[in-house]
Amino acid sequence: MSDDEISGALVEERVKALRRDAEAGGYILNPDEDFVRKLARGICINEKRYGYPSCPCRLAFGRREEDRDIICPCDYRDPDLEEFGACYCALYVSPAVAQGKAPLVPVPERRPPRSARKSMGAQAGGVKGLPLPVWRCRVCGYLCARETPPLVCPVCKASKDRFERFM
Amino acid sequence: MQMVRVSGRHRGDIRLYALSTCGWCAKTKELLNTLGVEYSYVFVDLLPQEELEGALSEVEKYNPAGSFPTLVIDGSRVIVGFREAEIREVLK
Repeated sequence: MSDDEISGALVEERVKALRRDAEAGGYILNPDEDFVRKLARGICINEKRYGYPSCPCRLAFGRREEDRDIICPCDYRDPDLEEFGACYCALYVSPAVAQGKAPLVPVPERRPPRSARKSMGAQAGGVKGLPLPVWRCRVCGYLCARETPPLVCPVCKASKDRFERFM
Repeated sequence: MQMVRVSGRHRGDIRLYALSTCGWCAKTKELLNTLGVEYSYVFVDLLPQEELEGALSEVEKYNPAGSFPTLVIDGSRVIVGFREAEIREVLK
């Protein structure tokens, strides 16, 4: 499989979808359109290569359950936007960075190293007396109380497997 | 793991561990080209599956986060991420 098979039209479509979803959710894409296009191409390549659109700036292994946290938008986007004014790739930026009022700085990797990730996945839970479990979307923080997480997050459209048991 | 050698001005053993899909990796590689230094690079994401683990372990030796780009100079100086000023300073 060659990455050259990713057509320009597919990349443009992805850019449009990224922009639409960003605007709908109150996020801002990097104003450098060429940079965004290159990242969108990387996302398209990863989706084709691994079967899910994992972060173009991180190494995926092709096992969704291990790469779930780096499916774009990743679990780390919001804290990185908050602390550094950009997500790890700088696909998403803060209003200050978008307006040129703050510099775009390299964002250190927030994802735990491989050795620490192995022990992750332990789920909270156990608050007694709740009539239903509470699920949290790891991408946007949406909470809902129901037997199982929704198929897609009604706020950010992240898939069911991006939810964790919160309470 | 096979690295691609780029010829140029010799400023030591410069190795770039990168991803083919990553914007900051591309910028780092462009900067090395602009500086005209001799270096070797590998796109870790394009390695065959059986070489992936070993390649990542090698990156983790220099950069425990296992993130990209990781630039290693003479096996000791490590620059993680596109830190343009720092790279220019070290390789001037």
